[in-house]
Amino acid sequence: MTSCEYQQIDPRALSVSPLSAQSLPENKAQRPRRKWEVFPGKNRFFCNGRIMLSRQSGVLPLTLGLIVITCGLFFAFDCPFLVEHLTVFIPVIGGVLFVFVILALLRTSFTDPGILPRATPDEAADIEKQIDSSGSSSYRPPPRTKEILINQQVVKLKYCFTCKMFRPPRTSHCSLCDNCVERFDHHCPWVGNCVGKRNYRFFYSFIISLSFLTSFIFGCVITHLTLRCHAGKSLIQAIQEIELVICFFSVWSILGLSGFHTYLVASNLTTNEDIKGSWSSKRGAEDSGNPYTYNSIIKNCCATLCGPMPPSLIDRRGFVPPDEAAAAACASEIELPPFTAKNDSNMCTQSTKDVLERMLHSDFHVVCPASSLKTSPLGLEVSGSMGPARSPGVCPCRGHPESVDSLCTACGRSRKDSLHSINPAFRLASPSPSLPRANLAVSDTQEEGFIPLP
Amino acid sequence: MATEFHNLQELRHSASLANKVFIQRDYSEGTTCKFQTKFPSELETRIERSLFEDTVKTLNNYYAEAEKIGGQSYLEGCLACVTAYLIFLCMETRYEKVLKKIAKYIQEQNEKIYAPRGLLITDPIERGMRVVSLQQTETLACRYLQPERVCLNCSLKIEISIYEDRGSSGSSSSSSSVSGSTTR
Repeated sequence: MTSCEYQQIDPRALSVSPLSAQSLPENKAQRPRRKWEVFPGKNRFFCNGRIMLSRQSGVLPLTLGLIVITCGLFFAFDCPFLVEHLTVFIPVIGGVLFVFVILALLRTSFTDPGILPRATPDEAADIEKQIDSSGSSSYRPPPRTKEILINQQVVKLKYCFTCKMFRPPRTSHCSLCDNCVERFDHHCPWVGNCVGKRNYRFFYSFIISLSFLTSFIFGCVITHLTLRCHAGKSLIQAIQEIELVICFFSVWSILGLSGFHTYLVASNLTTNEDIKGSWSSKRGAEDSGNPYTYNSIIKNCCATLCGPMPPSLIDRRGFVPPDEAAAAACASEIELPPFTAKNDSNMCTQSTKDVLERMLHSDFHVVCPASSLKTSPLGLEVSGSMGPARSPGVCPCRGHPESVDSLCTACGRSRKDSLHSINPAFRLASPSPSLPRANLAVSDTQEEGFIPLP
Repeated sequence: MATEFHNLQELRHSASLANKVFIQRDYSEGTTCKFQTKFPSELETRIERSLFEDTVKTLNNYYAEAEKIGGQSYLEGCLACVTAYLIFLCMETRYEKVLKKIAKYIQEQNEKIYAPRGLLITDPIERGMRVVSLQQTETLACRYLQPERVCLNCSLKIEISIYEDRGSSGSSSSSSSVSGSTTR
């Protein structure tokens, strides 16, 4: 157990009198930034925030390419023959299925899966206060789980160190996207995005329609080859065989996946829960059934697929309020405390105190001295790894409490390139060496380097 | 103390944030959006318990209405599926309609009930549907949320922000009464 004395922050003590924005000439030139530009997760945004994708888009181009090429070959080589020999509806059906598949795929990839925005410093401080309500000054890491009752069943809520909150039920943190996603199913590389609450129905539509499409093309190709077996045109036959091979392998894998997801939908489970066996009776608990099921296949299906469409919880296209942008601009002029020690105790006491003292004595409008240090994976895909650190309540911004979160991310982003520092004030549990995540986070930060005090 | 307010936006600079109280989600019925009606101790001197509970219960009812799985949601879902989900580009979902109602309700509650008591509710939609936050202020100069900002995101808590008047001498006593939750 470390001897670090964990000191919690009083947000009100950190508020300083606001500095007028006029004294900062660069503030006027600052264009209003949209929130997607300062989004802390590993996502890519297009069309000015309307479309979002995971940064690790995986093999989405390959998926699109395979579908388009196979369908192209089908329309070019199979359809003329089959229209002539069978019916004109073959390309019509094929066309409809193709359009549906592409739309469902794009919708799955480009939709926010149900990302939860990270806790504001006030919220995180409040959680921290609740956890450490005994008020003792001795160091104690916050408990990482909280038990609640859902439909008379005990469910454990885990604390997410990156997002600084207790994850709601069925929420999981995706290490690839560095976001907590509601009703997290899995991160699909084929689709290039997480599959969660908001885009599960699109994903399901995609795989079902793709099963139909691949089965349809497979059937058409076999029909074509059968009808043409005595024609002997080798080029077309070669192309047919390529299509056949692609479809053959796709059909089995896609049909299998569709079957699996149909089972999940009918029992109101997620892939994540199924793989972990969260509600499996093998766990030994007597009543470890799924607390979310409606105990009716039809109702489960309807709830999952035809339920209400919740809105996106991250405001991608909203503007970062201008006073926060100003604060971000002037925050770059603040001197940062040195990160001299490499052990945990210093991180959580010394730097915190330095930060507080500097902020209180600073001549500038003190906001978010903690530059966000993105503990980018460095090859470590740790779920819950320390994300941008923010000091709680440090961004008063003339008393704009609800904008603190954006502020922190805003100034964190703006200083990411120039300054690297950690505000250990917000490392709720990381100083403990007993926590593996903390060790990883610590080692990450050390590698990044810190600004020495001049 | 109830004082009149004329224009919240003009007066906001005369108040400062004293404290924030967060009301967490109640997951006892699953993952549907429902907030705890437990009355936070910090608000004991500020607002009557019944008013607070009414507000939270009304909010819970609104969210239950938004998330209700019934005929209309099935119709919406099936129609969306048939049109390859293109219909979402032109149509506002029922959830979004209810969220607008919620925003209006919170605005109205802030004006009529909470602002006179020096409190301000932040729409849960701004906090990831995690909290409903109540901001507490000594005067009525509480920060007034811009209507267009209210109906954006969902939150996991109800956030209650407590403001105190910077100029008033009574602020220190009120701040100390609410600072108990923030002292370490």
